[in-house]
Amino acid sequence: VALSISTRQLDGVTVLDLSGRITLGEGSVQLRDAIRDLISKGVKNILLNLGDVNYIDSSGLGELVSAFTTAKNQNADVKLLNLTKKVKDVLQVTKLYTVFDIYDDEASAIASFK
Amino acid sequence: MESVAEIEAAAEKLTREAGMDEDEGFRVVMAVREAAVNAVLHGNNYDPKKQVTASFENTGKSLVITIADEGEGLDPATLPDPLAPENLLRGTGRGIFLIRSFLDEVHFRQLHPGTELTLIKHLSPAVNNEKDLDMK
Repeated sequence: VALSISTRQLDGVTVLDLSGRITLGEGSVQLRDAIRDLISKGVKNILLNLGDVNYIDSSGLGELVSAFTTAKNQNADVKLLNLTKKVKDVLQVTKLYTVFDIYDDEASAIASFK
Repeated sequence: MESVAEIEAAAEKLTREAGMDEDEGFRVVMAVREAAVNAVLHGNNYDPKKQVTASFENTGKSLVITIADEGEGLDPATLPDPLAPENLLRGTGRGIFLIRSFLDEVHFRQLHPGTELTLIKHLSPAVNNEKDLDMK
């Protein structure tokens, strides 16, 4: 499996711990399904922990953007935690770094939803 | 998509053998992968009868990678700017931009039929490792 996703709850926030690659035909669909599932259940606070995501491509970036906009349309928030150097690099080059709310430590990320 | 994985693996080997550091290597491999995905998806439109051809060369001064498809062709001038505020939240349209951002030179050539991309990454110190490999 290119991307594994595990879910946990922390102070009213649903944290998705992602591990692997978010790329076309591999992790992108899994991420999309996971986000859609949460949004359809009415989950409003979603934190994507990307600490173990070592590769993302343009398709994966597209999924992150879609997650962000889908959430916004449902008055929900998708925020990012623990970017690896490679993912940060790609988000900076594409200016998406300015779009997302991004955190380096989990406690601050969780607190930001309150 | 097997050809994308194959091309990605060949690019990884090329950057590793050229002695590139991990970050620079990642950028090259990612750009090559984006080009391969474009060739399979947008160029050949997933048509199994159409081929993607790739070649990899280390000239000693640069890594030169070509990726060609047999599709209807692409005019790069018509691509929207993914950094424009109105495009920033689009779900697609970042592939060519990433390729251009991560490499030193990107050349498009129209084939009949198809598009060929030549991707060039200059090597900084003296590296002398020649590699040439074709994949159909």
